[in-house]
Amino acid sequence: MKQLVCIVCPNGCTLNIDDSGDEIKVTGGKCKKGSDFAVAELTCPKRTICTTVKTVFKNAPVLPVRVSSDIPKDRIFDVMNEINKITVKDKLKRGDVVIQDVLGLGADVIATSDILSLIT
Amino acid sequence: MKNYYDVTVIGGGPAGIAAAAEAARNHASVLVIEREARLGGILKQCIHDGFGLVRFKEKLSGPEYAERFIDLLNETDADITVLTFVTKIVKTSGGYRITMVSRDGVASVVSKTIILATGCRERTAKQVFIHGTRPAGVFTAGTAQNFTNLLGQLPCRKCVILGSGDIGLIMARRLTLEGAQVIGVYEAKSTPSGLTRNIHQCLHDYNIPLYLSKTVTRVFGEDRLTAVEISSVDKSMKPVKGTEEIIECDGLILSVGLIPENELAETLGVKIDPKTKGPVCDQSLMTSADGIFSCGNALHVNDLVDYVSESGETAGKAAAEFNASARECIDAETNSNISYIVPQKIDLKGDLSKVVFYFRSRDILKNCKLSITLDGGVVKEKKYMFLRPPEMERIVLDFSKYNLHKNSRLIFNAEGEKI
Repeated sequence: MKQLVCIVCPNGCTLNIDDSGDEIKVTGGKCKKGSDFAVAELTCPKRTICTTVKTVFKNAPVLPVRVSSDIPKDRIFDVMNEINKITVKDKLKRGDVVIQDVLGLGADVIATSDILSLIT
Repeated sequence: MKNYYDVTVIGGGPAGIAAAAEAARNHASVLVIEREARLGGILKQCIHDGFGLVRFKEKLSGPEYAERFIDLLNETDADITVLTFVTKIVKTSGGYRITMVSRDGVASVVSKTIILATGCRERTAKQVFIHGTRPAGVFTAGTAQNFTNLLGQLPCRKCVILGSGDIGLIMARRLTLEGAQVIGVYEAKSTPSGLTRNIHQCLHDYNIPLYLSKTVTRVFGEDRLTAVEISSVDKSMKPVKGTEEIIECDGLILSVGLIPENELAETLGVKIDPKTKGPVCDQSLMTSADGIFSCGNALHVNDLVDYVSESGETAGKAAAEFNASARECIDAETNSNISYIVPQKIDLKGDLSKVVFYFRSRDILKNCKLSITLDGGVVKEKKYMFLRPPEMERIVLDFSKYNLHKNSRLIFNAEGEKI
């Protein structure tokens, strides 16, 4: 029996995981998301990353971005490398794509703020 | 800007934005006064995700969450003034006269009501009594976050984080992602201060060690920090002689607590709760001064912004509907297992149908039961697998079906196994 803390929501449920049989059995979570999280954690753990990307704008030298969906945990620093290669030159808006399908992982890197359209 | 407003909101962070929009939707004339150049408060620099899970059932970053509310505020006819600082509030016959300073000079307005949405401040190095020199490289977590996420400047290359508050944990991950080395998070208490999920997704995911019952006792360095001294602490949090170790680093990041900002409230004679360090309020979030409301982290330090917005909306609606009349309040009492409860009072003449309470336990309690009694009879019971001090709880009660009177006693009892 393994234990995991669910990171899906602030409840932070302690999940009990039994993976001795063919099927992974999860108990202790308040909702189904917990068991999905536990199964993913044991097979292919995924995370969201949030960071910033450089811009050419003096009054907003960085633009906050995130991946549009979770990426494999072991690719976090690869994706960070890709993001660090970029300099944003356009006044992107919240939700605009900064990198499409980053490293073929099926997730876009998107802007998470309208800051560039608010600065002068 | 007009000469008179029904509602003036001081602070344009998540609480103030929600309060202003809700007051305007309830047909009040509204002014928002913000000190910085942009609305959004601390969320502007909280670029990590996890905001809005309760509210929108989505994992949003801080800017996304704030901007959704700013969009809603912009749909109303509320006036907003930025780069403006309130210097004085004085009670007048028509409400309150608010004096403010901006680049245009000094101005004043009269407002029937005021919502204090001034947020909280971080505890600094001076407030945790660290000895040694005064080198550069000692930052609060919020300052380090501002450098990294707004200015695009890495504040250090190799750092120690003191305190396991959520912002410290978030910054441990953030600095690691940006290529800095985080040697460890040191917490003087025997249990972590931040949310459990943040310990996992910010520290464990990146192999950053968490050391409990240890603190920084000295800093070294002339111009720039060169090292810190770490000591173990005993149960009374006093450093133990002989346990000192020196760790080389160029950054010390402090995440040692937040304190509600209530300087303006104090000038108005608003009664402050020593437990929350925010104003004592009734269920409409009106303080002890008639027409003065409080919400968000100025009221009590929240761990989720969703509840900050909720309290803003409660205050915004109540301020819009405010009519000066005598209140008749009873206390919300707690047993010693509860460290605080908000609101602290129930106004029997106010809306009793949906009273939202926020509370925290004093210690970690396992298998616990909260029972709420009114004049000895149980009105609600709720079981919790755990109650943890870092995790605020919310509970809603409908008192309209009970016969509350001025001698009623409302008591919140939490019982459970201490671990």
